[in-house]
Amino acid sequence: MWAFINKLRSPKWFYAISARLQPWFWAAALILIVTGTIWGLAFAPADYQQGNSFRIIYVHVPAAFLAQSIFVSMAITGLVFMVWKIKIADMAATVMAPFGAAMTFVALFSGAVWGVPTWGTWWMWDARLTSMLILLFLYLGVIALRGAFSSRDSASRAASVLAMVGVINIPIIKYSVDWWYTLHQPATFTITGRVGMPMEMWLPLLIMVLGFYSFFIALVLTRTRSEILRRESSKRWVRELAEEVN
Amino acid sequence: MSVSEGTLAKEVAVTREEPRGGLAVAVWATLKRDLVLLLRRRSEVLNPLVFFALVITLFPIGISPDPALLAAIAPGLLWVAALLAALLSLDSLFRADYDDGSLEQLLLTPQPLALLALAKVTVHWLLTGLPLALMAPILGIMLALPAGSYAVLAISLALGSASLSLIGAIGAALTVGLSRGGVLLSLLVLPLYIPVLIFGAGAVQAAILGDGVLAHLAILGALLALALSLAPLAIAASLRISING
Repeated sequence: MWAFINKLRSPKWFYAISARLQPWFWAAALILIVTGTIWGLAFAPADYQQGNSFRIIYVHVPAAFLAQSIFVSMAITGLVFMVWKIKIADMAATVMAPFGAAMTFVALFSGAVWGVPTWGTWWMWDARLTSMLILLFLYLGVIALRGAFSSRDSASRAASVLAMVGVINIPIIKYSVDWWYTLHQPATFTITGRVGMPMEMWLPLLIMVLGFYSFFIALVLTRTRSEILRRESSKRWVRELAEEVN
Repeated sequence: MSVSEGTLAKEVAVTREEPRGGLAVAVWATLKRDLVLLLRRRSEVLNPLVFFALVITLFPIGISPDPALLAAIAPGLLWVAALLAALLSLDSLFRADYDDGSLEQLLLTPQPLALLALAKVTVHWLLTGLPLALMAPILGIMLALPAGSYAVLAISLALGSASLSLIGAIGAALTVGLSRGGVLLSLLVLPLYIPVLIFGAGAVQAAILGDGVLAHLAILGALLALALSLAPLAIAASLRISING
């Protein structure tokens, strides 16, 4: 365990190991997303109530999953950075934040598009939509805070603290918004009403979720590698690497 | 020789005795200092209250002076306006201390920073949240807030604004080192304020409808307990980041 943590301290080691890992994740992401998309859009049966519009689920649900798990990963990497001062953790958190915000936006946008045929409106103050919107604001706050500091170390630590504060608040916000929704508005339509989804619909969804996660891991690996090169550009091994390429 | 040794020993004894008084003294001193400082800068205490009244004045002008309509939206309006007024005052929470260097001295004290920060937040609540809570019923009258909900409005605001002060102080501590932290501060803090707003405005709404008010107040109290136990640690960590950066 300690040996592993100590290895993680070395950006050079991570750079080498991620070079070997990233093709696998990119390949998995490509295969899974292509398979899932074709299966979900062309072969899965249409919903008996919603018709073909339900197929938005194959983008909406994976994006919503990622939106939530990326914030949690950001808080975990923030904690790792604060406790063990592992720079890699902070670099990963840096590259995760914009992607998480993008996924939250995708989830919100696809939800809005889906809302038109099912609810007849782009936006409803539904509990899930509202807490997703708040999550987007939390992401934007972390990104803005990181950008506001001139010193990188302060920026990293401030963003880590905010991510941790945010992750403690996410369940509180979620439950309070659920409560607020049940108090203020009658449930006209629940997304969870679709229990017992048939296997032919559910399998492509599972494939898409796995594909999105592989894409996330692959993207974080690749972007962390560029972040390593940027931050460590004064180190000898990076300069040697640059000379090799040239 | 022996004489100088003696004086040396005496000096050591004197210097050892100097940092006297434990945590209670330090917290009390911080409380007193901040209270005196804020009470001498009265405009800083009054500004959020004036802002609160002004924002409430805007709504009848902007929406409609119809008492029935205003009464329906009054709980939410009062809560949102009070929340914004509390937010407005946050930026100055650590600003003056940061500028004149006394925040650094606070960091250097042997007492835990989290508790000293808690003392500062307490003063902030005493001079912002509590006055806002006391003032809200008066503005409630102007918004034709239905009778029977005034006490609940004040209590929910008093309870809720304590949580707001604590959560907001995290944001204030994170942005105190930045030259233009004001807008950023609201971006960081407002999403975290939402649970307090939901249960605060919910309590007033419940009082109007005759539902159980205690459930809402109990959750506000629970939020406060959670904020009281965790926020000081986050505030202390954030202050350290802002000072070292």
